[in-house]
Amino acid sequence: MLRLPRFKYLRPNTAREAAHMATEVGPRAMFVAGGTDLFPKLKRRQFEIEALIGLDFLSREVRPGSHETELGAGVTLSAASTDAHLSSQFRGYAEAAGLVSSPPLRNAGTIGGNLCVDTRCNYYDMTYEWRKAIGFCLKKDGTICLVAPSSPRCWAVSSSDTGPMAMALEGVVTLAGADGERELPVAALYRDDGIDYLAKQPSEVVTGLRLPVIEGNQSAYVKLRRRGSIDFPIAGAAVALQLEGDVVRRCRIVLSAVASHPLEARAADEFLTGKTLDEETVREAAEIAAKPAKPLDNADLTHFWRKRMVRVVVEQAIALAATRAGGSAVKLLGQ
Amino acid sequence: MSAQNNGFSVIGKPFSKPDAVSKVTGRAVYADDMLPARTLHCRILRSPHPHARILSVDTSAARRMPGVHAVITGSDLPIKFGILPVTQDERALEHEKVRYVGDPIAAVAAVDEEIAAAACDAITVEYEVLEPVMSIDEALAETKDERIQDYGGPNNIHKLVALEFGDVDAGFAKAEHIREDVFFFQGNTHLPMEQHSAIATFVDGRVTLWSSTQVVHYVHRALAKVLELPMNRIRVIGAAHGGGFGGKTDPFAHEIIVCKLAMLTGRPVKCTLTREEVFYAHRGRHPVLMWVRTGVKKDGRITAMHFKTALDGGAYGSYGVASTFYTGALQTVTYHIPAYRFEGCRVFTNKPPCGPKRGHGTPQPRFALELHLEKIARDIGIDPVDLKQTNFVKPMTRTVNWLRVTSCGLEECTDRVMTASRYRARQKRSGRGMGFAISSYMSGAGTAIYWNEMPHSEVQIKVDRGGVTAYCGAMDIGQGSDSVLAAIVAEELGLQPPDIRLVTADTDTTPIDLGSYSSRVTFMAGNAALQAARKMRGMLVDAVEAKMGSAEAVTVGAGRIGDFTFEQASILAEARFGTLTSAGSYTPPKIAGPYKGSGVGPSPAYSYSACVVDLDADPRSGIVHLNKVWIAHDVGRAINPLLVEGQVEGSVYMALGEALMEEQAFRKGLHKWPSMLEYKSPTFMDMPEIETFIVETVDPEGPYGAKEAGQGPLLPVIPAVSSAVFDALGVWIDEVPVTPEKIVEALRRKGKGEAPRFGPVRFPSIPYPECIKVEPPDRDGST
Repeated sequence: MLRLPRFKYLRPNTAREAAHMATEVGPRAMFVAGGTDLFPKLKRRQFEIEALIGLDFLSREVRPGSHETELGAGVTLSAASTDAHLSSQFRGYAEAAGLVSSPPLRNAGTIGGNLCVDTRCNYYDMTYEWRKAIGFCLKKDGTICLVAPSSPRCWAVSSSDTGPMAMALEGVVTLAGADGERELPVAALYRDDGIDYLAKQPSEVVTGLRLPVIEGNQSAYVKLRRRGSIDFPIAGAAVALQLEGDVVRRCRIVLSAVASHPLEARAADEFLTGKTLDEETVREAAEIAAKPAKPLDNADLTHFWRKRMVRVVVEQAIALAATRAGGSAVKLLGQ
Repeated sequence: MSAQNNGFSVIGKPFSKPDAVSKVTGRAVYADDMLPARTLHCRILRSPHPHARILSVDTSAARRMPGVHAVITGSDLPIKFGILPVTQDERALEHEKVRYVGDPIAAVAAVDEEIAAAACDAITVEYEVLEPVMSIDEALAETKDERIQDYGGPNNIHKLVALEFGDVDAGFAKAEHIREDVFFFQGNTHLPMEQHSAIATFVDGRVTLWSSTQVVHYVHRALAKVLELPMNRIRVIGAAHGGGFGGKTDPFAHEIIVCKLAMLTGRPVKCTLTREEVFYAHRGRHPVLMWVRTGVKKDGRITAMHFKTALDGGAYGSYGVASTFYTGALQTVTYHIPAYRFEGCRVFTNKPPCGPKRGHGTPQPRFALELHLEKIARDIGIDPVDLKQTNFVKPMTRTVNWLRVTSCGLEECTDRVMTASRYRARQKRSGRGMGFAISSYMSGAGTAIYWNEMPHSEVQIKVDRGGVTAYCGAMDIGQGSDSVLAAIVAEELGLQPPDIRLVTADTDTTPIDLGSYSSRVTFMAGNAALQAARKMRGMLVDAVEAKMGSAEAVTVGAGRIGDFTFEQASILAEARFGTLTSAGSYTPPKIAGPYKGSGVGPSPAYSYSACVVDLDADPRSGIVHLNKVWIAHDVGRAINPLLVEGQVEGSVYMALGEALMEEQAFRKGLHKWPSMLEYKSPTFMDMPEIETFIVETVDPEGPYGAKEAGQGPLLPVIPAVSSAVFDALGVWIDEVPVTPEKIVEALRRKGKGEAPRFGPVRFPSIPYPECIKVEPPDRDGST
């Protein structure tokens, strides 16, 4: 069976201490919260480390407030998906958390971990022996991208479900470093690169997520995956909508798993804002949103089909959010 | 759902399995749980190339690593083995040539697994890389570098079969409608929960191997051959089993390797395959391309059928010759086909070898046949269910290819699912559909894998003051064969199953059974147990009769024999007869037809199944949502209805995975996704409700009338899914798995006015030999 490599386990009591430890050990240190993605990757030698720095100290609290709701980064995905406040005020977020992987992994996995989850590629998420046999890739040990050999960059896919939703909800993350804390819009946490996909410093710890209360905002997350559980997204749409009657006042659409970062559909947001929601506008918006999505042949099912399905999940997510916002003109599209 | 209990006290009752508690509480001892003192751990270095010559193997660095106790290569185990006598083409470790990514080259025994893995990484192998052959078409084409195997041919063809029963041309001449179709069934793997695992010791000149295998006897034979030891120096024991489904029916390299390493080091050596390695061990479902041509009368009666198959066998023979015959054997067991031609071909490719998976070689042609008949029915304006029923075989007949049909519950199975599903009254709305299909499977192969005249199964029973022990070589792989043995012995001796101690699957202590494959154990070991138990019962009754001194019949039951408790009776019998042992055995009747190749297909009895699948298919995404599955299975008699239902539902589960998602796919010469995350198999969330009907036809030769349940119920589900998709959307998906992208593509073609289907367009030209012409038997001759 596959074994974990040997490593030191460090147990800081604060984020600042954790950041210090990370700085000290350097690039061969990694943080671990739930570990649900990290440990299999260690077994497959996708990460080679000297030390794991445990983040058990992270807050597991959801704190509702009048202007914003604050989630400790240690809140488990199970807790987030069943939290009464999140389920009523930030329904799309609870929905996204509840669609991550399977119940046992949601019990261990944290919202901070899901925000930072490694990008995926089916040339990369394989054992050391398999990767050695096919030839190592850019993301680990190699020099070329196997899915796009002529490209100078890595095309691994952003596979967070909650990240895109937190972006659509205009969330802000708190990062703790050795020298103190700073805040970053979730949208600024990600970079369009399969390898350096996070904009934070390696030694910075995500300690919390704040979701602002936006009056009348309703949200929905639709995830496409092969099976009813376990699978990472192969496309997904996070939508937050504010309606006045059937007129869109505010709109945020973010796509998951169609690029190396959660993909904001700004053009679709702009198109929809001020429009009356009906089947036609939803279809058009979805088409605009789907245009920049470029799935490649490095995830489940064919990338042609996945590309085609982006529109479908966007429509479904808009319709779902609109229904939740009390919109009348849009009946649920598709499934 | 219920089974009749006709005066039995055990048979027909839903007893739990003898090992149920130990399994669910984690106390069952699997091979990987065993850790005798001083155990060394083995890892295997495998080929990174799909096709290459090995120029040199340098193990010196690995041998120098601290903690490494032994490193072996192909020259340490040069003797070839294989499951079939005709294809002894495998080596435990290859030193000349590798034929797929994952082919074993060297093995290390070290104090722990990490060191063994690091040592494997330190072995340097020089290769001359050869052009890989990755598809049926490439295998049929002129060889680029060299052939994968040095036998078979032309090109990379492994085996060709051509048989004709009756006058097929005349049959087509009589037809009023003829149709041809091409189908493809993608390969998939067994995906047992437990990875293969084996641990060996070498003590006092004897090798003992505990392994997760389906067949201790075949492993025993292969070890004797490759290790060059007499069989009496080798003991193979089946450890607690975490699932096989056909994937643990071959002898495997790692089993031989741990024995060799134990012999070299004098220490226990264990090897548990990683999940990735299980995908390479494989022996799973062959990808099969199929062409079928059938002639029918206006009323739907079949006049002739011509069936061609091309199997992508992977790199080695495995069971492949048998698999090839099976793709043509059982078409005739469900439908009366008066004239039948079958041409089969298996090719070698640079992929993990294919072999037997639940339904061995028959789910592929069953998929093709059922859809083909659906299409014919629509061509001639007959309801497909009616057309199929018109052609159903009758009980107590012989098929055109000489297969002997005894009990046959096709009609009743069909009635049960048609009625329960309200198929004929189903509401038509876009996107929702129902599909119907039937099938049959063997209750054990009528001929052994290696030619011999001995029984296929043997059981011994020992009775003393301490109770009853039954000994049998059969391996319980979770299907419940231990339960069946216990139930039969208990029934005959008037006891309850928990009263029976079982010793099974141990080549030192148990008589031979040919193993848990081919759905043979209930029928064969069951009959052997029945015979042994009746002999034992006879002795006990004799002793009691002598004691009671009365001529009145002694009743056996409720723990008593006549006026005595079972223990008292056993003391009387032991005093009278000495040590109480009895033996029973089962040899299948000699029913194979008079032609070469007739050994594949005959079975002492066939099970029958019928299935209806109800689903919704979304025209936009092609995503299928399963609503419900109704399945009826003619098991002859349910010795344990709970276990029969378990087997039926498990079969439905596995079938739905094959129908909708499972795919042994390759890219750049490698398995595309050798992991349980990326190789998609259904989760609980993807399973619909299943309604199971047990149909009991009481087979004349089965134990208490029982037939198989472990494989047959898988077969009808896959075509029923595809038929239901047609019913829902009006497109044929003539290719398994039926994925969303194929449905969307078929709908696109339909929209453009092209043929509303997705599937292969042509069947390649294959140099089949001249057909062997076989005169069919007299119709309805029942012997």
